Amino acid sequence: MRTVFKTTYDADINLFRHGAQAFWYLSLLALMIVLPFILSDFAIGEMTNVLIWAIAGMGLMILVGQTGQASLGHAAFLAVGCYANVLLQEKLGLPFILSFPLAGVIAGLSGVALAIPTSKLHGIYLAIGTLAVSILVDDLIVIAEPLTGGINGLYAPTIDIFGIQFDRYGTPVRFYGLILFVTVLVVLAYRNILRSPLGRSFAAVRDSEISAQAMGVNVARTKAVAFGISTAITGLAGALMGHFSGIFNNETFTIIISIQMLLMIVIGGLGSIHGAFFGAVVIALLPQAIARVRDGVGALTGTSIAIPGMESAVFGAILILFILFEPMGIYGRWLKIRTYFELFPFYRRDMFRRQRSYLKTERMR
Amino acid sequence: MDVLQLFVSGLANGCVYGLIALGFVLIYKATEAVNFAQGDFMMLGAFITLGLTNDQFWGLPFWLSVPIAIAAMGLFGYLTEMIILRRMFGQSQVSIVILTIAMGFVLRFAAGLIWGNEPIALESPIAGKDVRFGGLVLGLDEIVVIAVTVISTILLYFFFNVTKLGVAMQAASQNQLAAYYMGIPVKRVHSLIWAVAGMVAAVAGILFASKGSIDPSIGLLGIKAFAAAVIGGFGSLPGALLGGIIVGLIEPFASYYIAAGYSQIMPYLLLFLILVFRPHGILAQIHRKKV
Repeated sequence: MRTVFKTTYDADINLFRHGAQAFWYLSLLALMIVLPFILSDFAIGEMTNVLIWAIAGMGLMILVGQTGQASLGHAAFLAVGCYANVLLQEKLGLPFILSFPLAGVIAGLSGVALAIPTSKLHGIYLAIGTLAVSILVDDLIVIAEPLTGGINGLYAPTIDIFGIQFDRYGTPVRFYGLILFVTVLVVLAYRNILRSPLGRSFAAVRDSEISAQAMGVNVARTKAVAFGISTAITGLAGALMGHFSGIFNNETFTIIISIQMLLMIVIGGLGSIHGAFFGAVVIALLPQAIARVRDGVGALTGTSIAIPGMESAVFGAILILFILFEPMGIYGRWLKIRTYFELFPFYRRDMFRRQRSYLKTERMR
Repeated sequence: MDVLQLFVSGLANGCVYGLIALGFVLIYKATEAVNFAQGDFMMLGAFITLGLTNDQFWGLPFWLSVPIAIAAMGLFGYLTEMIILRRMFGQSQVSIVILTIAMGFVLRFAAGLIWGNEPIALESPIAGKDVRFGGLVLGLDEIVVIAVTVISTILLYFFFNVTKLGVAMQAASQNQLAAYYMGIPVKRVHSLIWAVAGMVAAVAGILFASKGSIDPSIGLLGIKAFAAAVIGGFGSLPGALLGGIIVGLIEPFASYYIAAGYSQIMPYLLLFLILVFRPHGILAQIHRKKV
């Protein structure tokens, strides 16, 4: 394990802890940039999908992983971002470069608008409240048919930035580049929020609302800000998702997507940027992996097995195993493996053991 | 007369929601965990009965398969707690929510695999018969649903407040550590309450299947039942039934008086408004947390 000798106060909040860490993350970025020259167009499309889900995951992670507010309604904000982006382009004729950030702002403002009345809720009640919002938005899209096209949906136009076209099918590499650029921006923003006083107050609210209040954190405001940032990033992901899928309607953003997003960041590992990416890899590539395995088994046995609902069942089973055996998710497992090698041969099995807690009710009767 | 018929059918629907909500509340009351798979438990109970009763499967008499299905769901609930949930002991509520959502995915898939994804009707003796009160024509299924729900709620209410086991369950929920010190076998109490919730889910499933055909996705009804539980006040058994009936009554009246499209959002709109203005439901049981 590398020990950092801290000589300044900045050492605690630097972007990278030490040079080697900076080296590895920059090489990862370099790898992502040269990826289009290695992979086929189809694989690049899949990678683009992974990155879009990762942005959405980071959006939800700020709320769930950093601030500790469970939301089962983030598909609603994917929808807000997606529809806002396309409608601003179609109805008002704004270019993508304006409509895209505006879509994020609109989604963020609607998140704040939701956070203000629900600021008293926490835990399971907040999850239910946001779940209701997700269902309401699904139905509102159908009701507002003149604007949103109802169940027929809308077509997302090809992205055009100063005359350069970005299209998923026409120019997949360029489209991937654009998404990668947005992803890097979001990661930097996320990391910077965590290093700022705001990020610290998020963590304080997550760990104990009462002690956060005692330390002078305005809990309601912090929650509202967390909601705003979280939904803004989710809205950006929604806008990109619309351009990625080309056509979308209310069915694209159902309650199932909300649930999947939450499950995704839990599999990845709550409370870390890495977790959002690991979860996105699982959720975006799992359907492909299942199809491959199915075809392989089918070729071996000479039969074709196509069972509806298999994907979500496999996803659910993976999730059950993770929660039971690795509650910290894929990132937690990675941390353990890394610590094992860093401390070799001094790693102990109980190093990451969490203290057992006993529940007490808040009910009076 | 229309209004009265709407009222009775809404009441019957609401009773099914109320029964599923009762399952949520039972588990929440005793273990502080929220079982999001309760709707899928209900689906499983309905399908086990259907698999035992219908001629295309086992073809047993209806009155024989009902107790078997209820007992099977009780065992299923007990084993679920013993094998899966017990490992989660003392972990956060939200991770249990996520675990049970995932369990729901798996159960829905398993039911589709065994009984198919097409809607099937249960061959139930109470389905499709009418009862006449004067000029009023009511479905026998609706009356049975309402009666069974009222009886089970009363039984559960007394079970919780009077019997030794019920009081032990409340104690285990209020303070796990103190309950241990008092000699309550907290883990076994948890398994038992999951068994009871499984049995209630089976009853709800049989009643629901008597009212129409079922397919594996009816487990999603659990979301509506969840809304009912929250509207009534989570943690209160009469509240769960009250919430279920409110949701059940809103639906037919909203679709009767309000334009289509707007009517289906009414239960969720009510849920949202309740959460905003009365965050802990109509029969609230939570007060501000003190340090």
